[in-house]
Amino acid sequence: MAVASVTPARRRLRDRLPVVHQLRQSVGLQRGMLVAGLVMLGVFVLVTILAPVLAPYGFAQRADGEGSFGTQQPPSAEHLFGTTVGGYDVLSRVIWGTQTALLVVIVAVLLSIFIGVALGLYSGYFGGWLDRLLVVVFDAIYAFPSLLLAIVLSIVISGGQSSLWGGVLAAAGSIVVVFIPQYFRVIRAETVRIKAEPFVESAKVLGASNSRIVFKHVFRNATRTLPLIITLNSAEAILTLAALGFLGFGIEPTAAAEWGYDLFKAQSDVTSGIWWTALYPGLAIVFAVLGIMLVGESLNDLADPRLRGRRRVAQASGQVAETSVVPGGTLTAGPGGLGGLEDEETFGDQGIEVRR
Amino acid sequence: MSTLDTVSAAEGTPAPGRPRPKSTGGGGFGRYLLVRFLLIFPTIFILVTLVFFLMRTTGDPITAAQGGRLGPEALAELRAAAGFDRPLLVQYFEYLAQIATLDFGSTLTTNRPVVEVLATYGPATFELVFYSLIVAFAVGIPLGLLTAYYRDKPQDAVFRVLAIYWYAVPVFFAGLILKLIFSVWLGWFPVAGRATVSAELQMQVQPNKTGFYTIDALMTGNPEVLIDVLSHAVLPAIALGLLTAGIFLRLVRTNVIGTLATDYVDAARSRGVAEFRLLRKHAYRPALIPIVTVIGLQIALLLSGAVLTETTFEWKGLGFILAEFLESRDFVAVQGIVVLLAVIVAVTNFVVDIIAAFIDPRVRY
Repeated sequence: MAVASVTPARRRLRDRLPVVHQLRQSVGLQRGMLVAGLVMLGVFVLVTILAPVLAPYGFAQRADGEGSFGTQQPPSAEHLFGTTVGGYDVLSRVIWGTQTALLVVIVAVLLSIFIGVALGLYSGYFGGWLDRLLVVVFDAIYAFPSLLLAIVLSIVISGGQSSLWGGVLAAAGSIVVVFIPQYFRVIRAETVRIKAEPFVESAKVLGASNSRIVFKHVFRNATRTLPLIITLNSAEAILTLAALGFLGFGIEPTAAAEWGYDLFKAQSDVTSGIWWTALYPGLAIVFAVLGIMLVGESLNDLADPRLRGRRRVAQASGQVAETSVVPGGTLTAGPGGLGGLEDEETFGDQGIEVRR
Repeated sequence: MSTLDTVSAAEGTPAPGRPRPKSTGGGGFGRYLLVRFLLIFPTIFILVTLVFFLMRTTGDPITAAQGGRLGPEALAELRAAAGFDRPLLVQYFEYLAQIATLDFGSTLTTNRPVVEVLATYGPATFELVFYSLIVAFAVGIPLGLLTAYYRDKPQDAVFRVLAIYWYAVPVFFAGLILKLIFSVWLGWFPVAGRATVSAELQMQVQPNKTGFYTIDALMTGNPEVLIDVLSHAVLPAIALGLLTAGIFLRLVRTNVIGTLATDYVDAARSRGVAEFRLLRKHAYRPALIPIVTVIGLQIALLLSGAVLTETTFEWKGLGFILAEFLESRDFVAVQGIVVLLAVIVAVTNFVVDIIAAFIDPRVRY
């Protein structure tokens, strides 16, 4: 093995951290998009943490010391974004809504990674009838309109409406089932590929146990596409939560603030020209999703040598191999080598653009 | 759905160390067709099973729909009459047998056969998806070619950010805003529905009406009816179409960038082929296969989007009626609609795979 003789130097921490590494690698427009996305994400998280300080009122508050807020009041000094048909302060609900969104994203993504990765590793490494069954079942789920599945599940989990945790779990649970097949497919495909690599064989020859090979060798090499899928799934989680809310399967307004529910209630307002109840919750969704998508899109481009910014390609050619499964490997030395790179091509024979 | 290109990249990897068996002449395609066709059934079967058991974990449909409204005795009577008190497995096999004969049962709330509901509202959804696909193709593919050609230039930057933006905006929010601006404030388009009442009446009296309003409107021979129907479709089609256009744009861009870098494009350019022709014929054509495949997979996303768009615009299609049945907790109807949509998705994916195999022999088994 070439790798054994030319052991590459361990990369510095800042090169190994997922997002930091890509930030340093990026250039021009891609860097702009990545930075913009990260800033938007930062604002989103900051608002989540500071919600109790930032929000002028509670999310379920309809009145203060001076009496009731009134319904459908246009934006004013007391209510910067106006009030809803239910008499809530729009600004406060927009701010508190960040907490619900973040909570759902975290629960949904963590759960689906955990289950999807575990099943994908098992399926890819051991194969057998369970593997075949899982592939067929997950392919069927994957092809199905995810929103419909989420609706069915939210009926199952919460009967359609709920408290904060009931609602969060219903939304997250329905999203999890939709996401597991994605993690499963990616991890399984990677595992099948890595299983055939010489370093796995040598580990076997040395007498390593299956669990050691799976966790030590396969798992750590199979997870490199995860940051990308996580970002895209987080965006989708927010959209699914909002869609469920919009169809009336969301979280009760007294349990938590949820943007989709607010839009659901704002539907009839729009027809009578009341714009503030729909505009602000909607913009909040767009802001959160857009931030995550920008990061995801940049990560996607940076992971694909064909799409990475051109000017750095020559310099980065040493780093091209990092998209192969060999951490720290180089273009010539890695067991994946150029062959490993070609596996990454969506369609075979173009080769990698290293000319410019 | 934007993870698709990543996923398909991983899936497209042939198993290492095992050489792909050579296709044996003309028999290959027929065999592939058959195998792929047979694979539709397990997909549908799995989804039907999944939906059936998931729905039943909430209890039976009658308790779910009527619970709280009726006394326990009346409830038990109704359940026994509908056969919901028997063992679950018996009901399951009965349901499978029912579905095999295309009998989806009757809705609980309106007591109409589910098949009839599907036939009434299906065409509306089909029309909406059709119009939004037109918007998506008309916007997504030219812009995708443009951004690929002007890669890393300002044009590229603008349209790519725009594409991400289209995807980030929930389709119902886009719908509400379009409605607010173009219907309520500007008054250019109708607020909701598929046609005005008078136009609908004119179409109803048609002897062999199809349910596809565009066709029905054409058959009335009255241009006003047609304009009325089309103007109702504009905003929903844009809302749903732009969402999809963003995905098409990304897809076309990624794949055309790949083909633009090939030697034969360089060769064609050196022969003096015009840039436009180069883009249209030499770069776009070979990129079509992955584009067709992924576009086919978007049908699931389109149907999800259609559910939301229809609710926003009160477009009386499957999504709209599904939302109504959900609200009234009519789970027999929900189950029927969900199963039908599963069938549509499975069949579409089958057709797309066949088209892809037809274009590219390497795809076949």
